[in-house]
Amino acid sequence: MAKSKSATVQISTFADHHIITQPNPLRNVLRRVAERDLDDPVARAEKALAGLSGEFKSWMVIEADRLSDAHAAILRDGFTDVTREELFRAAHDIKGDAATFGFPSAGAAAESLCRIIEHAPDLDEVPSNLIAHHINAIQAIVRERTRLDTAATAGELSKQLRGIADVFLTHANRDRPEHLEAVLAPSIVPAE
Amino acid sequence: MFRIDFNKLRFLVCDDNPHMRRILRTLLHSFGAREVYEAEDGATALEMYSHYVPDIVITDWSMPIFDGLELAQMIRQPESKGNPYAPIIMLTGHSEKRRVTVARDAGVTEFLAKPISAKGLYQRILNVVANPRPFIKTKTYFGPDRRRNTANAYIGPERRVGGEVEVMQQPSLLDKARSTV
Repeated sequence: MAKSKSATVQISTFADHHIITQPNPLRNVLRRVAERDLDDPVARAEKALAGLSGEFKSWMVIEADRLSDAHAAILRDGFTDVTREELFRAAHDIKGDAATFGFPSAGAAAESLCRIIEHAPDLDEVPSNLIAHHINAIQAIVRERTRLDTAATAGELSKQLRGIADVFLTHANRDRPEHLEAVLAPSIVPAE
Repeated sequence: MFRIDFNKLRFLVCDDNPHMRRILRTLLHSFGAREVYEAEDGATALEMYSHYVPDIVITDWSMPIFDGLELAQMIRQPESKGNPYAPIIMLTGHSEKRRVTVARDAGVTEFLAKPISAKGLYQRILNVVANPRPFIKTKTYFGPDRRRNTANAYIGPERRVGGEVEVMQQPSLLDKARSTV
C-alpha cells in the first residue's frame, strides 16, 4: 500500500487554528508517463461499464419495484418515519442510478419525487395522485423502454411531473423561506 | 502527464445499494485497483476502515444505521487511533449546493454527484492523490482545508485569527496510524 517513509508532519499553530501539512502520503502511486501514452484508464473503465450494461434493465426493474413496494407500504400504513424513509431511499437510489443504467427520464422523475418528500411541509397533505403518478411514470419508463417511440415521451412525462411538483412545492413552501430557496435553487448537476 | 498506479491503492467503498457497489467495483478494478473493500452501511464501513486502513474512502451519503456524513465525521477525529487523514470522496445522489457545503464541513475531501461516470471518478481520485490539501484543526472543525482558492480577491471578514506562527515537527501521523494496526 502507499506508504511514506521518513515523512514528517508540520503543524503551524495560530491563535484559533492549526494548519497540519504532511508530505503527500500517496505520492509514490503517481507515475509520470509520456503525453502520448496509449493506456487510457478512463476508456478502459467505460468499456468495462458497457460490458455490464446487459444487466442494467433488470437492475432498474428491481429498483422500480422497490419503489412501488415502498409506496404500497405507505398506502397500507400511512406516512411513518420508517415508510417515509424507505420511499425516499428508493426514489433517491433511482435518482442517482437511473442515468447510469440508461434511464435518465426515470432518474428525473425520481428526483422530482425526492423533492416532494424532502420539502413538502406535511406529506399527508400532498395529493396522493401526485406521488402515485411519479411512481407509475417511473414504472412505465422502465418497462416500456424497448419501444422506439418512448424516449421522447418519457422525457416529456418527467418534465411535466417536475413542473406540477414544483408548482405544488412553491405554493406549499411560500411561508418557509429556507425550503423555498432549496426548491428554487438550481441543481449542481449539469442538465442533459 | 501523470497516471496513478491503482494497484498500489487500497479502497473502501461504502454504499447500501448493491448495484452501485458493483458499478464502483467494476470501475475501480478496470482502473487497475486490486484491493477494493465494500461495506453496505456506515457502521460496517467504520469497522472496515479501522481494520483495512484504506488509502481512499468512497462513500454514499444516504445509508442505514449511520450515513456517509456521520462516517466522515467519525473518521475525522484528530485524536483517534486510526488515520484521520484519508481522503474521503462522497458519491451521492444529492445534488444541491447546500449539501456540498454540509459535506465539506464534515471533512469530506471531494464531492461527486451521481450519475457516476468513469471520468468523474478518475478525476476525483487523481485530485486527492496528486493535490492533497493541508488539514485544518479548529475548535469546531478538523479536515482538509476548505479554502481551495488562493486568490486575493476575497471580500469579507477574515474568520481565521492570525498571530505568530509556531511550527512543530512531528513524525507522520499517517505512519503512526498505520503502525498501530
